[in-house]
Amino acid sequence: MSRDIFILAMLDGMSYAGLLFLVALGLTFIFGVVRILNVAHGSLYAFGGYGAASLGLWLGQGSESAVASVLLLVTGAIAVGIVLGTVLMLLLRQFQDRDPILQLLVTFGAFMIFEDLQRMIWGTQPYFVADVVNQMGTSELLGVVYMNYQLLFVPGAALAVYFLLKWFLNSTLMGRQIIAVTHDREVATALGINARRIAYLTFVVGAVLGALGGALASPTTSLVPGIGADMIVLSFAVVASAGLGQITGALITALLIGLSRSFCVYLAPEFEVVMPYLIMVLVLLARPQGLFTVVQARKI
Amino acid sequence: MSPSRLKLMCVRIMTSAVVGLSTLPAYAEGDKPDSVKIGITTFMSGSASVFGMPAKAAAELYIEELNAAGGIDGVKVDPVYVDEGVGGDRLLSEYRRVVQEQGAKVMIASISSGNCNTLAPVAEDLKIVNILWDCGTEKALEGHSYKYVFRTQANAVTEMVASVLYLLKVNPDFKTIAVVNQDYAWGRDSWEIFSAVLKQLKPDVKVVAELFPKFGASDFSAEVSRLQVLRPDVVLTTSWGGDLDTFVRQASQRGLLKTSKFFLALGETSLERLGNTLPDGVLIGARGDHYFLNPQYAKDARHQAFVAKYHERTGTYPIYSVYHMVQALDGMKAAYLKAIQANGGKWPNEEQLADAFKGLEFRGLTSQIRIRPEDGQGLESQLFGITTSSPDYKFKVLKDIVIVPADKITTPPGEKSPEWVKTVTPALLDQVQPVSALQ
Repeated sequence: MSRDIFILAMLDGMSYAGLLFLVALGLTFIFGVVRILNVAHGSLYAFGGYGAASLGLWLGQGSESAVASVLLLVTGAIAVGIVLGTVLMLLLRQFQDRDPILQLLVTFGAFMIFEDLQRMIWGTQPYFVADVVNQMGTSELLGVVYMNYQLLFVPGAALAVYFLLKWFLNSTLMGRQIIAVTHDREVATALGINARRIAYLTFVVGAVLGALGGALASPTTSLVPGIGADMIVLSFAVVASAGLGQITGALITALLIGLSRSFCVYLAPEFEVVMPYLIMVLVLLARPQGLFTVVQARKI
Repeated sequence: MSPSRLKLMCVRIMTSAVVGLSTLPAYAEGDKPDSVKIGITTFMSGSASVFGMPAKAAAELYIEELNAAGGIDGVKVDPVYVDEGVGGDRLLSEYRRVVQEQGAKVMIASISSGNCNTLAPVAEDLKIVNILWDCGTEKALEGHSYKYVFRTQANAVTEMVASVLYLLKVNPDFKTIAVVNQDYAWGRDSWEIFSAVLKQLKPDVKVVAELFPKFGASDFSAEVSRLQVLRPDVVLTTSWGGDLDTFVRQASQRGLLKTSKFFLALGETSLERLGNTLPDGVLIGARGDHYFLNPQYAKDARHQAFVAKYHERTGTYPIYSVYHMVQALDGMKAAYLKAIQANGGKWPNEEQLADAFKGLEFRGLTSQIRIRPEDGQGLESQLFGITTSSPDYKFKVLKDIVIVPADKITTPPGEKSPEWVKTVTPALLDQVQPVSALQ
């Protein structure tokens, strides 16, 4: 493998890994605190994409400003995350402290309903708004033209979100309360933390992250029925490989999957589709708890 | 049991039988029913609904007009729509339910090649006429001798052989080619046929990349980068829907369409959606000879009226799945009329209707279709063109449109396509000349 191909594959993989990380981060963040594996997270990705694209079509037509376009994408994602996150949380409260399998099925049911809702609102034809990509222009590297949006903006946004979340969790009162609830909900409640409020906040933040993944993907991809299902399956592969609730693990695993996929395109295209799942299977065979899960004391 | 109770019970049983039977849409053979129920399977969910929903809209429009004009020989058509997006097993049980419980007399199924392969033997088992209306796989009919299964359009072999002939006509000197197809049956099978025929007709062409990204892939960055490094003369894709749109947009945004000649074998369906993302000079295929601006039918009153009504109802222009649906319904109507005539003016039964399909010739919205009597395969010409800008539309339209006739590029009855494509020789280039649609 030549040096050029190595560099190109790295660059291609990073953009994809960035989007994958954002969606997987929301999923793993919610699980870490609320202990619910949210299948409807795929709908958040889809609605985030459609919401941002609709906002772009509605308000962004004719605008030349990349900053304005990015603001529209982020605004769309936040709006979708708050609305759908609240709806899901209210729904799941009805099943609080019930069997986790039942909670999983409830999120699956919600996912199916959201899929139909998505079709009712946006129809079945592919949908996209690509203004921001064109506004950010292109760069040439080793004879290959890249879109600045994919090469710089998406990986940059994913890293920014990662560091912002780390800072929020480690350096703010609210963040420390979230960590406390993650470790032990009962003890945290006994210490005066409003676990219910923390769970809601976490769910909404996780939902916004899922929607942000969709919103940032929307300028480069086509939004079609079923797009949420595809993303949730891949996100599960990331989260399962990293270990549920692992934020840094999700970043590294998303990068691993994104890079391996792009290396496959150059070196062994026939393995491109299977690679994320191959990684997941190999990881789970070696470490069933995931790559980054730390040993926990067993409660008696 | 006392005689009076026994009598009462008999009366009840008979009453139940009469009431029960009266609810079935039964009629004596030859008697004309008030209506005929037909089942239509199409994708109403999932990514293939980009074809399925426009086709459903076309079926609704067609059947409304047909019934308003009196139906088929005075018999109204009553459609039942079944979603192919529910998956193979559920589709199969729905199919059986529509035939056995709802009494459908004709089934129009399906879009997915996998579903066609599954449903064809079931139709034969149920002795119900099944029209394969949109699926491409040649395997649905090849190697079988079905009595009730027919196809009212071309199959993948015709489409891919025509694509190779067209490519060689408009771009005869290319040396390298790369393919980017969806990783599922159609993506793999269509490339297998295309590459086998290309190897026969132009053996010196080098295939520099065979890429099969995941079905429904949202990102083609790595594929586009690799193609920019390889710089093939031609990039072929038989992808469709959101996958095709995404690939073309990402390739166009990164300038790949300027360095390689793109051939989108199913591109006609994406023209309107892609708007001006698509540059001029891209080669486009249409899976059949359908195109709403086909110059051959620019003055055809029925075609023009349909395009206008369809656009008024849906806000979009018809794509090939719309034409295929109308073609299937026109084929069904033509077969009924032929069967009625053969039956001395009486309404036909399922067997008589199936017989009428053999050798049937009819016209859909575009050219004449012939159903081969030997295997039920339809012969349908193929249309290709090159993208160009138009002041009348906000998206690219086709220029230099050519038509490739189907008869010499379809696997002959009784032969298997994998073997037949290997027998194709460069003489085919002289035997089958794509003709301008303006002629």
